[in-house]
Amino acid sequence: MLRNKPDEDDYWNNSKFKAFTFDDDDEFSQLKESKRAVNSIFVTDDDDDDEDDDDGVEKVSWSGEPVGSISWSIKETASTHRTTGEGRDYGFPKIETTAQIPSLPKQGSSYSLSSLFKGRSKLGNFQVLSDSTNDPSLRSFAPELRKPKSEYKDYISDWSPEDTVRRMQKGKPYSLESFRSLKDKLLLLDEAVQIHDGNVITAVLIFLKKSLSKEILFRELVSRQMALQHFIHFLKEAGEQKLLLELFKTLGRTEDMALLQYSEHLNIKDEVQRKDFLKGCISLPFSVDDASHVQDHYTLLERQIIVEVNDKHLEKAGQTEIFKKYPRKASILNMPIITTLYYSCFYHYGESEGTYSSPANIKKTFKISDKQYLLAALGARAKLKAWKDMDTLFTTKNWLGYTKKKTPIGFHRVADILHKNNAPVQVLQEYVSLVDDTDLKLNLASKYKCHDVIIDTYKDMKDRHQLMVYRCKVDRSSPEERKIDDILSNTVSFHMVMLTYDALLPSLVHRRLCNAILMHNVTGFICHKKNLFRK
Amino acid sequence: MALNSRRDAPEPPDFSLLKRLARDQLIYLLEQLPGKKDLFIEADLMSPLDRIANVSTLKQHEVDKLYKLENKPIVSTCDQLCFLIRPRIHSVKWIADIVNTDKAAGRFRRYKIIFSPQKFYACETILEEQGIYGDVSCDKWEFYLLPLDDDIISLELPEFFRDYFLEGDQRWVSTAGKALHLLHSVYGPFSKVYGIGRCAKMTYEMWRELVEDGEQKPRQPEVGNVFLIDRDVDFVTSLCSQVVYEGLVDDIFRIKCGDVEFGPEVTSSDKSLKVMLNSSDKVFNEIRNEHFSNVFGFLSQKAKSLQTAYDKRRGMDIQQMKTFVSQELKGLKQEHRLLSLHISACESIMKKKTKQDFQELLKTEHCLLEGFNIRESISYIEEHINRQVSLTESLRLLCLLSLTENGLIPKDYRSLKAQYLQSYGTEHLLTFANLRKLGLLVEQQPGDTIIAMENKVGKLVTDKAVGKLTDAFNSLAKKSNFRALSKKLALIPKVDGEYDLCTPPDMAYIFSGAYMPLSCKLVEQVLDRGWTGLEEVTRLLNGNEFSVTAGGSGGEVKTKHDSQRLVFVMFLGGCTFSEISALRFLGRERGYKFIIVTTAITNSARLLESVLGSRV
Repeated sequence: MLRNKPDEDDYWNNSKFKAFTFDDDDEFSQLKESKRAVNSIFVTDDDDDDEDDDDGVEKVSWSGEPVGSISWSIKETASTHRTTGEGRDYGFPKIETTAQIPSLPKQGSSYSLSSLFKGRSKLGNFQVLSDSTNDPSLRSFAPELRKPKSEYKDYISDWSPEDTVRRMQKGKPYSLESFRSLKDKLLLLDEAVQIHDGNVITAVLIFLKKSLSKEILFRELVSRQMALQHFIHFLKEAGEQKLLLELFKTLGRTEDMALLQYSEHLNIKDEVQRKDFLKGCISLPFSVDDASHVQDHYTLLERQIIVEVNDKHLEKAGQTEIFKKYPRKASILNMPIITTLYYSCFYHYGESEGTYSSPANIKKTFKISDKQYLLAALGARAKLKAWKDMDTLFTTKNWLGYTKKKTPIGFHRVADILHKNNAPVQVLQEYVSLVDDTDLKLNLASKYKCHDVIIDTYKDMKDRHQLMVYRCKVDRSSPEERKIDDILSNTVSFHMVMLTYDALLPSLVHRRLCNAILMHNVTGFICHKKNLFRK
Repeated sequence: MALNSRRDAPEPPDFSLLKRLARDQLIYLLEQLPGKKDLFIEADLMSPLDRIANVSTLKQHEVDKLYKLENKPIVSTCDQLCFLIRPRIHSVKWIADIVNTDKAAGRFRRYKIIFSPQKFYACETILEEQGIYGDVSCDKWEFYLLPLDDDIISLELPEFFRDYFLEGDQRWVSTAGKALHLLHSVYGPFSKVYGIGRCAKMTYEMWRELVEDGEQKPRQPEVGNVFLIDRDVDFVTSLCSQVVYEGLVDDIFRIKCGDVEFGPEVTSSDKSLKVMLNSSDKVFNEIRNEHFSNVFGFLSQKAKSLQTAYDKRRGMDIQQMKTFVSQELKGLKQEHRLLSLHISACESIMKKKTKQDFQELLKTEHCLLEGFNIRESISYIEEHINRQVSLTESLRLLCLLSLTENGLIPKDYRSLKAQYLQSYGTEHLLTFANLRKLGLLVEQQPGDTIIAMENKVGKLVTDKAVGKLTDAFNSLAKKSNFRALSKKLALIPKVDGEYDLCTPPDMAYIFSGAYMPLSCKLVEQVLDRGWTGLEEVTRLLNGNEFSVTAGGSGGEVKTKHDSQRLVFVMFLGGCTFSEISALRFLGRERGYKFIIVTTAITNSARLLESVLGSRV
């Protein structure tokens, strides 16, 4: 059905401006779409057998009920009488919902007098509420005016706080003019809180904000947590930062104040202004930890600005190899610390600690752990395929001057990162062979096809059988095959197994390996015999 | 097994009525502004609108051009502008700017704002302040409930979570109350309402007052029971990785308003494909609730039977062939297409999950849930952060750690937070402040160690003494008490050997048998026997539980009607597809039919993104 919508297609094409389409133009989704549309269009309803949209609407005489036509249509078909007994059947008990808020003494009685003077509202705002509600032109602007006239009789000029709040909740006309004394205003607020309607609470707060000095309002909000939360949220949404800061200050919520002020930096686009703003944030009353983070944030941006200017220049000049070969994809401004470190390892590796752009400087300034540093450096250098840098990253010298390879992240991770950056096997196997856990090592080695590591490992384990199995996996007459043959023909290693596997057992890493040796030493023996005969 | 106790769950009522009502009201509202008009629609409302109407519906009611509401100047030559928006201050401010710009230019237009689902005074105040109150007519489109599927109804209000739980703003509480009232009016009357959580209580009150104010025709109820639950009763479940097919699809591709957009990697063409995921997709319907490990098997079996069906053609005579083509072929082709789509989706999921070492991630999650190897899990999370793997993923793990461990010890908190800020940006200290406020990620306070101890001591001392001890500390911050709850409700299933994911014994299958969703477990327990016997549990959940029956003792019996086995479970703050799957499972086991009503469908990423402090 929807597939042939020439009018709609024309419509979209003719539309001069960019408008969105409801339907994905894909055939499939359209098909489903159309199916659904068809289903929803021809929903049958007993008392509405006319399928034309417009007519269907006309039939629903809108009453402006809170739940719209639904409750209307239900009511309309319901028998209007309701005995009290029946009513009770569906009645639900009230439950206590405001445990932490002491319920206020209802002072409704002081307003009861006013209820004697029922009259029509003369509020200017609601001029449409005059008798002219039958005027069709007016009706179109205010659907609720279709209500029966009898409902208007409760438009009175001053309702009790409770009535007012209820009317507000129901979206009926109300007036807050009469709430002039502080006591009345607060009663109104407390009443709004009582009914849990955030919309009404905020509405009353807006009224109080306009009609009370902020000192008084703030003072009263201190003891009204629920209202306070709504007020804070309203101020946030309305963008009234200044007033909110004052409120936090009055409340002694210094940390909230600091965080709020700090969050402002997100709205500042210009980096220099942002930096200056952050500088101002350092002295804000943050918690100790956050204060140092904010200090870092400022320092970082300050340096990023310097580096950015410099690198932009270098890139433009086109003299520097690294920028020529790997043009920068984005500016470094506003990037996290680790990203900045990665960037410096990428473009400024090997610079002396004296420069702001050097990895060493960043590491020191922001107290980056060895582990974090290593991950960033490894990632950056691997990306550049600067494999020779790997050596220096992991090599440490002990006091005797011996060098040793060490890493805080585990060599399996190193291998993983290298592999993800397409490191050549020669590089990979060097690090795979450094993995401590033999199982893991074999696993990685076979995953990355580091034949040498596997062969060497089996050799070290003196696992002749596994070697023979592996021999089938490598290419024929490849160096790997030759290597395996060399090892296999080395009878000494086999003798070692025959004589010492009992002794070896406890030290072997995995029980399975022992089993393999046990199961296959017979085969191994035969091979050995053959070798002996050959000789 | 539970098979014996299984009864046929009743069919859910027809919820498409809700759509029609919403559509009718929208049309009515559009007609309030007769003549040609341009319609500006808020981005969030586009998909819901799409579910109930289409362009031709709008065109029929003289909508000329459609625009997405964006924060930039408009280009429209129309004399009437209509704005369909959520009641948000910044949207209204933007509209006010348009009106005032027109005024300054001496241009006359008619403006109408339709707020959905309701108006807020704060928004109208903006109009007043900007001097355009009266120049703009305001209306509300009471589109409270959108049926997303046979058993899912959504309020499509993702901001409910942040507004209520983070900001403490109760503006949506009445919306929830009205939504419930709408359900009550059309599908009720309800005979029993259960609930837990502060918001649940308030929603109940709102609804009760609406019921009192209105009239209810004594009618045969279609749905008899309601269970209301606040999201903060159970954060843990919403933060776990989803492994049930529909949940996985949501985690990876993001299902939006029942639609998912599969990218080129799934469609194996150069364009994306928008697909509707619901029970009318026969293939999807059979795998949506399955643990992912079963899905492949199912799909390949399906592929085989499809092949067999196609093969039937062989050896047919002309007449048979004709019948085949006219009756079966279309269905087969449709199934074929769906099948290949879901197979590709699975492949894509596999690829992505393998790449991110999903197995390792799940292992860590399970360790956190069970309380094993906490140090190892922490270093896993640390590495996650150091490697700058997804910002929300790292946050998710941190929150799970905090929730399950009742807060992080100060040393870990400080170190992990520092590393997090270094990896993802210092501005996230605002995120940490938000998460602390929500109780999602907190630092253990000195007093907490006693509570932690108490959990251990609990085994030794009598319950009474423990109760006293806890009461003394209950006045402190809100506690998650996850371990104690998990023990009380047996949330971690004890299984000998492998957990059978094919024919799962309980709801824990939705998390590979590692954990039973607390939210759903509560539903199960309470439907069984009310809150009695769960005193300790509710105490650990900070109370606020209730259970009410219509008309005290009078109304409850009413014959064992099907409606008593139909239950609305309303999640205030969102629910996940995994929870829905768990409830569907529970329904099948116990002969209930659950209809999920939620403020929005959520998942860990959405939930956390909504409270990030870095968003402006």
